[in-house]
Amino acid sequence: MAEVIDVLSLYPKDMNIYGDSGNLLTVERRLSLNGFEPRIHYYNQGDAWPDHVDMILGGGGQDEGQRKIIRDLCKRAELLRGLAHQGTPMLMICGLYQLFGEYFQPIEGDRLPGICVLGIHTIGEKLRLIGNLVEHSEQFGAVVGYENHSGQTFLHEGTKPLGQVDSISTGNNGADRTEGAINHNVIGTYMHGSLLPKNPKIADFLIAKACELRYGAYEPHPSDKGMAELKRLDALAQHAKSVAMRRPR
Amino acid sequence: MTSAIGKDRSAKPWYSRMIPLLGKSIRALSRLTRHGGSAFPGKVIEACDPDFLARTLAQLPDGVVLVSGTNGKTTTTRMVSSILETLGMRVFTNPTGSNFTRGVVSALLDKVDMKGNIDADIAVLELDEAYAVHFVHQVQPRYALLLNVMRDQLDRFGEIDNTARMLGEVAKRTTGTVVLNREDPRIAALAQLVPEGTQCAYFGLAPAMRSYFPDDDSMHDDSMHDNTMHDDISGNGSAEPSGKGSAHSPVSQLEVPPSDATETTSDGQQSSQPQLPADVTLNGLVDHGAIFDVSGTILSTTVKLEGVYNLFNAAAALTLVGRIIKASSFAGQGKTIDTQSMVTALSHVTPAFGRGEIIDFHGTPVELVLVKNPMGFRLALASFTPAGHDTMIVINDEFADGRDMSWLWDVDFSTLRKTGVAVVSGVRAWDMALRLDYDQVHVGATETNPSTALEAFLAVNPSHPKRIFCTYTAMLKIRTLISHLTEVADAGL
Repeated sequence: MAEVIDVLSLYPKDMNIYGDSGNLLTVERRLSLNGFEPRIHYYNQGDAWPDHVDMILGGGGQDEGQRKIIRDLCKRAELLRGLAHQGTPMLMICGLYQLFGEYFQPIEGDRLPGICVLGIHTIGEKLRLIGNLVEHSEQFGAVVGYENHSGQTFLHEGTKPLGQVDSISTGNNGADRTEGAINHNVIGTYMHGSLLPKNPKIADFLIAKACELRYGAYEPHPSDKGMAELKRLDALAQHAKSVAMRRPR
Repeated sequence: MTSAIGKDRSAKPWYSRMIPLLGKSIRALSRLTRHGGSAFPGKVIEACDPDFLARTLAQLPDGVVLVSGTNGKTTTTRMVSSILETLGMRVFTNPTGSNFTRGVVSALLDKVDMKGNIDADIAVLELDEAYAVHFVHQVQPRYALLLNVMRDQLDRFGEIDNTARMLGEVAKRTTGTVVLNREDPRIAALAQLVPEGTQCAYFGLAPAMRSYFPDDDSMHDDSMHDNTMHDDISGNGSAEPSGKGSAHSPVSQLEVPPSDATETTSDGQQSSQPQLPADVTLNGLVDHGAIFDVSGTILSTTVKLEGVYNLFNAAAALTLVGRIIKASSFAGQGKTIDTQSMVTALSHVTPAFGRGEIIDFHGTPVELVLVKNPMGFRLALASFTPAGHDTMIVINDEFADGRDMSWLWDVDFSTLRKTGVAVVSGVRAWDMALRLDYDQVHVGATETNPSTALEAFLAVNPSHPKRIFCTYTAMLKIRTLISHLTEVADAGL
C-alpha cells in the first residue's frame, strides 16, 4: 500500500487563470513517481473541507474571482493559519498570494482583508508588471516563471522573499528587487508559467514537507520505471528552463 | 452616418491626393523586397494622413462591419465576406489575419484607385480586441459581431474582464446592429451597453450542442461530465459543458444557461433566467456539415470548414449576414435573399490561411491548424482526430503569439496519447515537450529549429497525412518553409 498524500486545490473554479492546474498536475505526477498515492481534493466556496490535508495549492484569479471567494476564505482563515503554523506546505500564486497577506487594496473598490498567513500587503496600481522573470532563491537556485500582476506587494519586517530579482520594475513591487514570500512552509509568488513543471525543486520541497508532516520522514521509493521518468522530466524541465531564461521580457 | 470623425473634413493635408499613390508604391516595394508583414505601408500612411482610414471607409454605402473576439475572427470574417459576395455584394475585407488597424490601412491601399475611391459596398473587418477600441474611435461601425472572450495572450491585454470591457467599447460605438454570442455570459452582457437606436441580435447553440463547447470558467470545474471530447486526466481541465454552476448540478446540461453574467450562489446553483432569442442556432453536426435553425427554419448543409467551433462561428456569420441583408441597399432595391441561399453560400466557404488549410506536399496532405489560446487549442484537438495523421506541434513565444507559456498547462493533451506526437518544435519546443510528458504523451523528437524539424517530419512516412498545430508566428514560418519545398498559395501576407 502506497502512503497516501492528500493534496487540496484551493478555489480551482475562481482562482486558476494562468495554468495553475499545471502545478497540481506536477505535484500529482511526482508523488506517484516517487511511490506515493496522491489524493486530490478540490475545494470551492461552500464545499466541505476534507478530513485530511497534507498540501494546499492555490492559483491566480481576476479581481472578480477574488471578490467571489473572499468571504469563504475569511471563514477558513483560522483553519488555514493553523495548518500553516503546523508546517503544512502551501503554494499560493498571484491572486491567492495577495489574499494570504494582511490586505489587498485594489485601485477601485473596497479593501479586501487577507488571512494573515504571510506578512505582506498589496496595493493595486495602474501599471501591470508583465513578463518573463528569473529570480534567485537561496533555497531553490534560479527560479523561472512569468509574472503578470497589477498589485504591488510589500513584505513586512521578518518576512523573507522567495527570491531576488535582477532589475527594478519586476517582482513584488518593482522597487525593492524582491519576489514572492516564504513563511513556515508557505510559499507565495507571482510566478506562473506554470511554476512547478519548470522548477521541480520547489515541487519536491512541497512533497517532502507534506510527507515529513504526515509520516515523520520523507522517503521516496520510486520504481526503476518511475526513476527513469523522473530523470526524463527533470531533463526536459532543465531544457525548458534554460530557454526561458534567455527569452525577452 | 457611417463614420464620425472628430475633425473638419476640409482639413485634409494638401498632399492627401497623393496618398493612394504613395501607399501603393510602398506596398509594391515592400512586397518586392519581401519586407515581411503587411502592415508597413499602413504605418507610413497613418503617419502622413491619419484621416485616410475614416475618409476612405466613409464612402461605403453599406458601411463597415467589425468582427472581434478572442477566437475565430479570421474564419468568421471570411465566412461573412464570402457569403455576402456570393449574394452579390462587393466586399472589402482584410483577409490576411492582419487584424491591427495598420493592416486594414495597408489592405485599403491595395483596394483604392489613384483618386482614393473604393470599389465596394461594404467593409468586413476583423480586428483584435485592443485595436478594435482604437478603430471605433476613428470609424463607427454600422455592424459589430462580438464572438467570445477567452483567455488569449493575457500578457498583451491583461485579463478576461478587461477584454470584455474593450469589446464593450465596440458595442457602444456601433450604429446599426450588434450581434452577440448568447452562450458567452461576458459577451451577452454587453447588450446593456448597446446605444439607443442600435439593434441587438444573438447567435447561439441548441442545448444538445452545449457539451461541445467548454468555456474557460467551467474548464476549472472539478466535476466529471459525460462529454465527447476528452478523457479526464487530472480531474481538472477536462472539457465541460458550458453553463457555469455545473459542478454541482449534473442536470445543468439540460438546463438553459443563464443569458447574462452569471451569479453563482454559494451552493453553486444558478438563478435560471429566460433564454435570449437567437436569430440562428447551431442545432446539430452531420458528417462534414451542420444543422442550423435560421429564424425557425431547420436547414442542413455541408461545409468545407473543419472543426466544430467553426460551425458555431458559422451561426454567428449567418446571424450577421441576415441582419446586413435586411438593412442593405439590396433591400432598398426590393431584392430579398432567402435563408436557403445564405446557407448554400456558406457551404462554399473554404478555410482561411492556417485555419485547417491543407497544403499538398508532393501528394501528401499537410494540414495547418493555428492555435493561440487554451480554448482554441482544446477545441482544435477535439475537432481534428489524431488517428491517421502524423502530428507536429510548433510553439513560439513572440509578441504576436504571447510570451507567457502558462496557457499550455490549461490544455488537456491526453487525446494525443494513443498516436503520440512525432515532432515538437519552435522557440518553446522544450516547454511543449515537458507539457506533453506530464500528460504522458510520447514525443518522437524535440527540435527548436523549425526548418530542421519540418524536414525530418516530412521525410518520415512520406505518404502519410500530416497535421501541424502552430502558434501564429510559427505558422508564418512553417508556411514559408513549405513554400520553399512546394507551391503554396499566397496568403496575402
